[in-house]
Amino acid sequence: MAKRQLELIPRNEKKERPAKKAASKPAIVRATPKTAAKRAAPKAAAAKPAPASKPIVRLTATDLAARQREISVSEFFTKNRHLLGFDSPAKALLTTVKEAVDNALDACEEAGILPDLVIVISEISETRYKVVVQDNGPGIVKAQIPRIFGQLLYGSKFHTLRQARGQQGIGISAAGMYGQLTTGKPIRIASHTGSKKPGHEYEIQIDTKRNQPVIVSERELDGNQPEPDKEKRAVQRAFDHGTRVELEIEATYKKGRHSVDGYIEQTAMANPHASVTYVAPDGERHEYARVAQELPKAPLEIKPHPHGVELGILLKMLHETKARNIVSFLHGEFSRVSAPVAEEIAKAAGLAVSMSPQKAAREQAESLYKAIQAAKLMAPQSNVLSPIGEELLLEGLKKQITADFYAATSRSPAVYRGNPFLVEAALAYGGGSLPGDELITMIRFANRVPLLYQQSACAITKSVIQTTWKTYGIQQSRGALPAAPMVVMVHIASVWVPFTSESKEAVASYPEIMKEIKLAIQDVGRKLGLYIRRGLREADAEKKRSYIEKYIPHIGIALQVILDIDDKRKEKVCATLKDTLERSRNND
Amino acid sequence: MTESVVPKIKKEAKSVEESILKRKKPSLRFPIRSLANVRYLEKEGYFEIRGRKKERTLTVNTVKTFAQTLRMMALSKTLVETDDIATKREAYYVSKNWDEARFLEQTESDTVMDDVEALFEVNREQLGFVPEEKGGDVAGNLIVIDKDPNTGKEIRIDCTKFGSGAYSIPISVEDLGFETKAKFILVIETAGMFQRLVKHGYWKKANCILVSMGGVPTRACRRFIRRLADVQKIPVYVFVDGDPYGISNIYRTFKVGSGNAAHINEFFCVPQARFLGITPQDILDYKLPTHPLKEVDVKRAKDALKNDPFFLHHKEWAKAIEHLVSMGVRAEQQALAAHGLNYVIDTYLPEKIKHPEKFLP
Repeated sequence: MAKRQLELIPRNEKKERPAKKAASKPAIVRATPKTAAKRAAPKAAAAKPAPASKPIVRLTATDLAARQREISVSEFFTKNRHLLGFDSPAKALLTTVKEAVDNALDACEEAGILPDLVIVISEISETRYKVVVQDNGPGIVKAQIPRIFGQLLYGSKFHTLRQARGQQGIGISAAGMYGQLTTGKPIRIASHTGSKKPGHEYEIQIDTKRNQPVIVSERELDGNQPEPDKEKRAVQRAFDHGTRVELEIEATYKKGRHSVDGYIEQTAMANPHASVTYVAPDGERHEYARVAQELPKAPLEIKPHPHGVELGILLKMLHETKARNIVSFLHGEFSRVSAPVAEEIAKAAGLAVSMSPQKAAREQAESLYKAIQAAKLMAPQSNVLSPIGEELLLEGLKKQITADFYAATSRSPAVYRGNPFLVEAALAYGGGSLPGDELITMIRFANRVPLLYQQSACAITKSVIQTTWKTYGIQQSRGALPAAPMVVMVHIASVWVPFTSESKEAVASYPEIMKEIKLAIQDVGRKLGLYIRRGLREADAEKKRSYIEKYIPHIGIALQVILDIDDKRKEKVCATLKDTLERSRNND
Repeated sequence: MTESVVPKIKKEAKSVEESILKRKKPSLRFPIRSLANVRYLEKEGYFEIRGRKKERTLTVNTVKTFAQTLRMMALSKTLVETDDIATKREAYYVSKNWDEARFLEQTESDTVMDDVEALFEVNREQLGFVPEEKGGDVAGNLIVIDKDPNTGKEIRIDCTKFGSGAYSIPISVEDLGFETKAKFILVIETAGMFQRLVKHGYWKKANCILVSMGGVPTRACRRFIRRLADVQKIPVYVFVDGDPYGISNIYRTFKVGSGNAAHINEFFCVPQARFLGITPQDILDYKLPTHPLKEVDVKRAKDALKNDPFFLHHKEWAKAIEHLVSMGVRAEQQALAAHGLNYVIDTYLPEKIKHPEKFLP
């Protein structure tokens, strides 16, 4: 949900985006009265034949129209904040930190900077907390700050297909709005774009009706002048560039795996190239050191693959494209469609090659859609993803979890609905710190973001349950997670991770995705199975050794009773037998 | 049958010791005790064990059972030499002194005991081990000649003089003598039916000896009837429930022995026994109330038809069992009470006894 406009973005692109935005906005405004009229019409028609036996006050379409107003996106989300993960005070704290951290990491990576994050959560009262997230990213240019943090659905990531943490451009401004709603305090942003340039600090509120930022205060930061505030001074000049976001929200803080603590710990695991300092509300300081000294391979942006496009989207693309004919539309707007292939598709759909895409009627779009689905196309480019990698998965896991055995795997990319994705899995097993007979602990990541809620609805959990763990020497009841001292971690990276809801808590169960997850899990499972069997073999050998020690004397006693032999002969029998058995055991 | 088992035990132990001292792994050979390893001898009338044996070699994996088997043999030797006995349960408790080699459950010690018994092809009483359970009850025209256990003086036990009670078959029956003028022995499955026949003096009316088995007959019960029938040359009729359990478990074990005790069937079977009822045909002839066959009943019946050498040999039996399965019902002895409590005494038994040639083999 990052909406940062980066310095690194080329000039022309920078200009283009707000322009696009402005163009699309009036479209929404227009749409509302249109649909309202549609809805009102049948009602009015139905009213006519009704006999006026009772004095019911009937309203005309015109009366209704007077009541129909545009609903702003911000207003909508004020009323439906659960959709974005603000349903409970505990979850609100987590979501706020998550949105800020996602943005910070995305910004650093896009700018090619190894991320250094400082997260400070402090308690103001039992139900009110202050969240500060600071990064060493590229900073934000002054003019963009108000819109990024004070306007919903303003961002750089929604229109692209690229592996990133944020997608829609709702997150951080929604968090700001939540703070504003529950505490009345504006969101405060400080940004430095470089050591030679002055920094800026803004306090911003959202005009929820118009979905527009309102600047409460604004000041220039002089890097050389010490901050009056002690806390700010501590982080003030830690970096030459970067952004600090500060929010005050209504929230409750809980410890444990499903809390902010767990989220930050897991974020550090999935982002071994980041260093994270976290100061919890109780003052405890957690330092997660950087494990990898290199940034992950930068993910690439790709055009949508035709097989992943739905009819509605296709219609929209047809009407919005600047292409002059169907062939250049198909060739230009999609990946993996060459000009000859585009021509074939147009022919198969019964459309003239020279037809203007903007003029395509609904029926024509539909036949085009069918032709696209039927067409044989190359799979989308898959080298656009950025995996964590087997080695770093292992190191991340080792750093956070003490166990006897670790295994990790990183699979090659695959495709679901035209979107490339890849799955990585790792596990830690055994050792004193993991609980013995309980169900295993699941750690789920999507594009390096930990998923803490809705575990059972998630394709990752389902795949782990559907894996036959008994094969690997792990206990498992039917239809349940395996029971073992084990942590299983699964990461799914994609240009578009399909979530089951907007709050991005569970991955949807596409068969292609489930299949890849299972293959990844089987891979680490096999490695674990080898380890466990080796352990069992050793235990078995040990048991046999003790067997010999325990039972041979009884053979001696029995023979002595039956044959009336003396002790010396008994000892000789025992010693000889022990020797014979141990020799045979070693030969086994 | 009374030959001492001690030399056999010593011989086996000696060969184990010698193997060990020769740095070889010793082994013991046990006959396989199952229906698959018996053949039905028609003339002699019992299940004879076939030659198949399993060899238990002393290895790292078998060292525990091997030690337990040897200690059980040692216990047996001590019992026989000191003229003492131990019940299966007592033997289990004796093993509690064996430290690591002790048994955790009695079933474990019973299995080892059965193995030792089979190893020497003797009866467990010869090893000094005695069963826990009672042998069976007897009432009727019979005098059992026993000895006073303390004085050794002869005792004559008149089985007509127990009133509403009965004479209990002892565990060891080898030395008993018999006097009787009874025309037949009627062997009954349930204690309830036995009581009814005793109470109404059926043995007097029919001039017979009544024996209650109380389910699958014990070895003592089988041996007692075998000796009685052999010595006095009187026929044996068996009266059990008309179901696969009564036929294949109780009657078959009684008449020809079992797979598990295959090595001693020769002595613990009653080949002259005939099956009086309840036959599948009785269910129709006497219009008996029935219950449906349970799944285990059907399985047991099919198993008997397929694997039991006794039923495979006797076509009449195969036919009868198939008949029962096709009817899909079973009838208990007590079902006769549907026609009046004493119908069994007044009508069923007299009618049946008139035609022993119609009994199933």
